[in-house]
Amino acid sequence: MLVYALKRTFVAFLILIVVSGLTFSLSHLSTDPALTIGGENASDEDIEAIRILYGFDRPVYEQYFSWLGRALQGDFGESYHYKAPVVEMISGRIGTTMTLGVAAILFALIVSIPLGTVAAMRPNSLIDRFALLIAVLGQALPTFWFALMMIIVFGVWWRWLPISGNTTWAHFVMPTIALGYYATPALMRLTRAGMIEVLASDYIRTARAKGLSPTSILFKHALRNAIIPVVALAAVWFGFMLGGSIVIETIFNLKGIGWLSYDALLRSDLPVVQAIVLIFASFYVVLTLSADLLNAYLDPRISVR
Amino acid sequence: MTDASPSSQPSLRIAEEILEPSPMAKLRRRIFKNYSFLIGAFILVLIVSIALLAPVLEASGWIQDPYAQDLSKRLNNPFWHEKKFDADHILGTDKVGRDYLSRLVYGAQISLLIGFSTMIISGFIGTVLGVSAGYFGGRIDMVVNFIINTRLAMPVFLVAMAAVVAFGASLLVVIMVLGLFLWDRFAVVMRSITMQARDLDYVKAARALGCSTPYIIVREIFPNVLSSLTVVATVEMANAILLEAALSFLGFGVQAPTPSWGLMLNEGREYMFFSAWLLALPGGCLFLLVLAINLFGDGLRDVALERER
Amino acid sequence: MSGDNILEVQNLKVDIPVTAGMLHPVRGVSFTVARGETLCIVGESGCGKSLTSLALMGLLPKTAIRTADRMDFLGQDIRDFKERRMAALRGVKMAMIFQEPMTSLNPAYTIGNQLMEVYRRHISKNGSEARARAIFLLEKVGISAAASRLSQYPHQLSGGLRQRVMIAMSLMCGPDLIIADEPTTALDVTIQAQILHLLAELQDEFEMGMILITHDLGVVARVADQVQVMYAGTTVEEGPCQAVFDNPLHPYTAGLLRCIPVPGKAKRGSKLGSVPGIVPNLVGDLQGCMFRNRCAHASSICETLSGEPTRIDDGHAFTCRLTPEEAAKTAAVQGVA
Repeated sequence: MLVYALKRTFVAFLILIVVSGLTFSLSHLSTDPALTIGGENASDEDIEAIRILYGFDRPVYEQYFSWLGRALQGDFGESYHYKAPVVEMISGRIGTTMTLGVAAILFALIVSIPLGTVAAMRPNSLIDRFALLIAVLGQALPTFWFALMMIIVFGVWWRWLPISGNTTWAHFVMPTIALGYYATPALMRLTRAGMIEVLASDYIRTARAKGLSPTSILFKHALRNAIIPVVALAAVWFGFMLGGSIVIETIFNLKGIGWLSYDALLRSDLPVVQAIVLIFASFYVVLTLSADLLNAYLDPRISVR
Repeated sequence: MTDASPSSQPSLRIAEEILEPSPMAKLRRRIFKNYSFLIGAFILVLIVSIALLAPVLEASGWIQDPYAQDLSKRLNNPFWHEKKFDADHILGTDKVGRDYLSRLVYGAQISLLIGFSTMIISGFIGTVLGVSAGYFGGRIDMVVNFIINTRLAMPVFLVAMAAVVAFGASLLVVIMVLGLFLWDRFAVVMRSITMQARDLDYVKAARALGCSTPYIIVREIFPNVLSSLTVVATVEMANAILLEAALSFLGFGVQAPTPSWGLMLNEGREYMFFSAWLLALPGGCLFLLVLAINLFGDGLRDVALERER
Repeated sequence: MSGDNILEVQNLKVDIPVTAGMLHPVRGVSFTVARGETLCIVGESGCGKSLTSLALMGLLPKTAIRTADRMDFLGQDIRDFKERRMAALRGVKMAMIFQEPMTSLNPAYTIGNQLMEVYRRHISKNGSEARARAIFLLEKVGISAAASRLSQYPHQLSGGLRQRVMIAMSLMCGPDLIIADEPTTALDVTIQAQILHLLAELQDEFEMGMILITHDLGVVARVADQVQVMYAGTTVEEGPCQAVFDNPLHPYTAGLLRCIPVPGKAKRGSKLGSVPGIVPNLVGDLQGCMFRNRCAHASSICETLSGEPTRIDDGHAFTCRLTPEEAAKTAAVQGVA
């Protein structure tokens, strides 16, 4: 188990290095940050001075390693546009994004697990078909359009919910649903498939042969085994959701790091973009890693392999 | 074993035939029982033919020039409104007076083009990676796995936006960026299926007979992965279409005045409070197209699964 | 209810609707099990023996339809018992041991947890009582260090040990009837004998009735009191173990018996018997003897045979067009007896 965990952690770390290297070269090879820093009125001499000051005249790999060295110490540099430390800009906003992400994944799980379970208990029943319909429609619904339509219906026509900002919990309702519903079909289908497989398994037959109550069979014996892959998938989706938060935060004007990355990209503010990419990637890597380790814990067979 | 077999008895033979229809009949039955596949295919064919026929429709006067502006007819309402409706523009006009219907029709072209080309590029990358990882295993598998995990760790949307900023926003850049990013599912699925196929008895036999590796991959492995490949392809096509729309919506995708549904949503956003239809229409088209592709893909999977049994 | 019979079944049928029509995997089976007695149901795969046992437990798939003229368990007619009342019997009065010890235990819970939950469900919520019972039974089934095994997970045990755990689990509430569905098929040959021996011993000790389902006649010879030979959903021969083995009457039984190598009797290099052909499809209306397409003695009568058994004496009966004398002769000619 320990060896397994260490090995996985090492690979995760390696992945982060590669991801950051790729984004760094992508952004630094193709745009000239000196122009961004100097602003519209800078003269050619100013630009040249900025280049030397920031080290843009050095080869990209040299710039990358000096960036990486500082990043490992928690220093992500200074925003070209706002001239403020990137770490401060992000730490002030990450709470909003996390709140949104956690709320969205919880929303998705709360909808998908019961629905998937009920659908699995009665395959091809009306409720199964209904769940399938929801899944099919949900999968095809573009997140940002769904968000816009919600704003029109609930925010403008009926005026139930605020449409922009992040001051109260009510501001999070629509963004949560908009971001969370998109993971629901996948999670629900996996719950359903897992439950159908588990319910047909030999140990459920044993449980029935033991005369256990339906509740005990369902919750103790079936759900726990069926939910293991769902947990793993939910962790992966949480990573995707942070990516999806860019659109949702922009639409709802929730000033989290998704919104910040949009803003930074508009201004070619590379240090900010670079840091956010790394944060999102770290989240994904850490989440999948912990999902794997949690699986190993929940399913005692995995750590043996 | 003797020649005595159950089918030597008439009544038993009939039972056998009832139970086992011919493979083609099974496939047909499956297809026609599969409403989602039929509905998906129908909508898809409809959208594709309208998109392909757009220039013909325009030439014959059914739809108008999607780029022709008419500033005197800005934001005309579609037909279900009484006020400010103009019979020339059934689905109204946008903020510079371009015909919304024809922009929707040409938007289908863009979406399909992006979905299809992305699917081809990413499908190629993913299949090459996945099949070689699954077939050769060992070190190659380890490397491919690492590449897949690295790709999955990259926040696609953010990196795609950054790439568009870096290389400039255009249709080609969007296609290339999405194509270079959306191969992960192909690789994952191809890898696991190739692994299973590699252990099939007849593949082992082919290896034991000394068939060359390319021959085995093309002749023995590939037919096995084909049905899954098409299913993943539909999923990724839908995915690419949604991502392009989202990118264009944020202004990091296809640029004006190209009629892209995502871009139309972007342009309509400032009028959303008074003319909600500006958003409802392109979004609805997007929804319908993605729904059709998904239904088609789901149906394809069911049919393929049935045939494999 | 007559005598000491704990289970009486008459004309049990299981029908399963499939796309091609109605499947009839069990087509009128009757038997009784007395306290302390072992009934062996024998037959090859697909003859309906497992479905018979599931039908008794009320564990058939949802689509399956069960009918019977009589199904008395401990003097109760269980034919119309709803799921709730069946659940109250299962695990307490009737328990079942399955074929697959590798997959029949839930991988997510410890042995102890799974053993104790039956007891806690049916007998008493008292945890230490359940624990004591679990340890007692694990020792009974021959598992060493029983107390420490309770905290192990199924994957940490071998197949043989798991099957012992399954047996212990079936005994937790002291059932009157044990149904064992091929309990040794998935195990190594050496372990098979141990498990069977254990089952027979425990059955004796706790005075239970047992239904043992198997395709292995060697097993039957060792443990059975009564034998029931099933073919394609019907009983082709039944009777006391000794009578059936000494005087097999149905050609199918005779054929099966030829498949057992007898030490000392079979000559080196001689061929072991086999029953050619496969079990027919059981969809739709079926008529006549189902064995006719594999039978060396089949004639046109077989196509319309009613299926009424020919009874000899002492409960020995078989279903065939042949008379007992003819049957005994053909069996002898084939070199079995």
